[in-house]
Amino acid sequence: MSRLKNDAEYKKTRAFRFFRWMKGEEDPYLDNVEIQPGVPFQDSRTVNEILLEEQETLEKVYNTASNRWIWRFRRLYNVLSIVFSLALAAVMLYMVAKLPTAGTVDRPVNNEVSKVYIENGIQDTGAVNIVTGMILNYRAFDTFGETCVLFIATTCVMVLLMKEEEKIREDQTLNDRRFEPKNDVILQKVAFVLVPIVFIFGIYVILNGHLSPGGGFSGGAMIGAGMILYVSAYGFDKMQKFFNEHTYKVVKVAALCTYCAVITYYLFMGANDFDNHISLGVPGMIFSSGIILWLNIFVGIEVACTMYAFYALFRRGGL
Amino acid sequence: MEFLRNFPCFSLILTMCASIVSSGMNGKWARRLNIVVIVAVGLLSSAALYLTVTTNQCYVYKMGRFPAPWGNEIRFGVLETLMALFFSIIMLLSVLGGRKHLFEELDPFKENLYYVLVNLLMSSLLALIYTNDLFTAYVFVEINTISACGLIMIRESGHTLEAATRYMIMSLIGSGLLLFGLCILYGITGHLLMSNIKEQVALLVATDQYHIPLVVAIVFIVVGLAVKSALFPFHSWLPDSYGYSTASSAAILSSLVSKGYIFLLIKVFYRVIGFEIITESKILNVLFVFGLCGMIFGSLSAIKENDIRRMIAFSSVAQIGYIYMGFGLRTEAGIIASVFHIFSHAASKSMLFISAVGLTDVSGKSKKFLDLTGAGYRNVIAGITFTVGALSMVGVPLFPGFISKILFARAGVSVPLNRMLPTLICLAVSTILNTVYFMKTVLRIYTPVKTDYINIKWKENLCCGIVCIFFIILNIALGMYSEPIVELISRGIAMFA
Repeated sequence: MSRLKNDAEYKKTRAFRFFRWMKGEEDPYLDNVEIQPGVPFQDSRTVNEILLEEQETLEKVYNTASNRWIWRFRRLYNVLSIVFSLALAAVMLYMVAKLPTAGTVDRPVNNEVSKVYIENGIQDTGAVNIVTGMILNYRAFDTFGETCVLFIATTCVMVLLMKEEEKIREDQTLNDRRFEPKNDVILQKVAFVLVPIVFIFGIYVILNGHLSPGGGFSGGAMIGAGMILYVSAYGFDKMQKFFNEHTYKVVKVAALCTYCAVITYYLFMGANDFDNHISLGVPGMIFSSGIILWLNIFVGIEVACTMYAFYALFRRGGL
Repeated sequence: MEFLRNFPCFSLILTMCASIVSSGMNGKWARRLNIVVIVAVGLLSSAALYLTVTTNQCYVYKMGRFPAPWGNEIRFGVLETLMALFFSIIMLLSVLGGRKHLFEELDPFKENLYYVLVNLLMSSLLALIYTNDLFTAYVFVEINTISACGLIMIRESGHTLEAATRYMIMSLIGSGLLLFGLCILYGITGHLLMSNIKEQVALLVATDQYHIPLVVAIVFIVVGLAVKSALFPFHSWLPDSYGYSTASSAAILSSLVSKGYIFLLIKVFYRVIGFEIITESKILNVLFVFGLCGMIFGSLSAIKENDIRRMIAFSSVAQIGYIYMGFGLRTEAGIIASVFHIFSHAASKSMLFISAVGLTDVSGKSKKFLDLTGAGYRNVIAGITFTVGALSMVGVPLFPGFISKILFARAGVSVPLNRMLPTLICLAVSTILNTVYFMKTVLRIYTPVKTDYINIKWKENLCCGIVCIFFIILNIALGMYSEPIVELISRGIAMFA
């Protein structure tokens, strides 16, 4: 027999809230989904006056009526840029017509280079996916450089936008939830379902980089997108419980340093023709293809960190 | 001995690894690591230089298990290792010389990021020097562009942000053109490795196939690299980025970043297209004319300038013009003169930027000439260093600028009259203009005047003072012992072909 709950306990149940919502006694979105008023505009002038003043300044500076030279220069500039662009386009179109025809067998690019990649790829690298074998084994140094491009891009965005954590917390205007709904239930529920799937799919793409299309770059982008979805649904406070600036640094530096160590070992042993101690395994198995699997993981971590860091830095100036 | 051939690869990996590690460090340790790494790169490069000079051959080093058309490859001879050694010396002196300003002008919690950028910039310069593969070159051109942008904007003032935006736009136009050129070249030759492209290009020219795409590719690559190294009509980004960024960044950008692209261009001439084919095409004439214009107009803009840092920056435009004028002479002597000018300009220009900052420090941070009056007495070592740099730029004997001007003049008299006359006339005119604005500054800083600004003590500025002394030694060494260096350069150029 079901026992009667007392009033206080009953009010906590879902049934109570459901019936209350059905009867229309309470709106669940009230106080949960609403926009806080912004700070009143601190200038004594109205927005229109300011805009008008800017317009007047611009007109005064570029007053073409009294300064004919500016007018002439502008006309000349526009005409010349159009002429130049058209000329460049014409040259390039003419050049494209003279290039080797696409799709024919006797093009210069169908030479011994791609032939060896296709024919010896699996024996040399152990990767079924030839593209991954090419970028992470044959031309591993280029890919390391490419990963460093991502790394330096994040560093530059940090130089430009990063603020100290305390300052972000102090500065109310930077509070990213100020002008947004506090908790978007729809987004949260969708994210609750989608984020794990996105993560798992991203990990799958990374780990299968040497077997199927995909790899570190695409899988990492998926994981990064999952993190962005999570953070836009649940906010930075929840995200920082498991991924803050410290974790970001540790994960990124550890991944890139291991990457660097593996690459150094590979380049040194390969260049001096020493024996390869990393076995290639059986092509088609998950633990095969030597360093490629590991490099894919490191690249994936770096790409995911980069994606998330871009989003977080542009949104609140910190991770 | 055989082990030494690993060293260029080690220096590349070392700089990249150091930049990754310093992103997780605090500023103090990142600074120490940066100095250790640059010194280590210098040592590794000098060992590699020793190897190439003693065996008198160039080495091909495969990066990985697979040989060149399939895997990556670097290649180094005398010139490459000499360049790497020289770049690491300049980099070390620039970073140390502007150290005091880095403390003042950088946000303390971003200090380690500065060294991340510097280390990765060094690695990209090394890669541009050593690479034998055009795609690797492009990847590191990207790194170079982004980190140079970071170096400009890390000071975080309105001027530097605007300068960084301008630099970014112009530099990306250059990168885009370079990438277009590389794509076309790959489409018609089917290779990315420099040696293979050269074979294929020779074959295409012999059989007269794909003439138009080849010309367009050459034009795009050359113009792209010229935009990135601030050849005359594309120099609008330069004065702001060199004039307002922090002292170390200005020194690094002016003396190393643009020189890395110029070195890549020389590699493209010799190792990708082939020097005969380049000289037959008309592109060098274009470079010649723009180089001459740059020599004159850069100096004229510098004369008009009332800001010492921007004046030095405009002087860079003129010096880049010299280098391209040397390419335009279409002889090997011209290229050797240009390469020597890369050395002399890098040594003198970084010295000028570092010492100019020393002078503005004792003039209430003002960069205007009026406030700089008598600054040479207030900061003695910076005054002397600036004077040495100015003398070198003007081309006074004993200093490297003189040697490069002599080399240009010698290369100029051995070409036909239609090139000889413009070369010699522009050299003379440009030297006079150089004298006007550099001697104006030197006289200004040695004009005695009574001011409220305090004299700086030797002990207060020990680091900068020692760096200045090293700069003076480096310049005088380059000027006085130019013979062996010119000989090494010509040996290196011979190894290119």
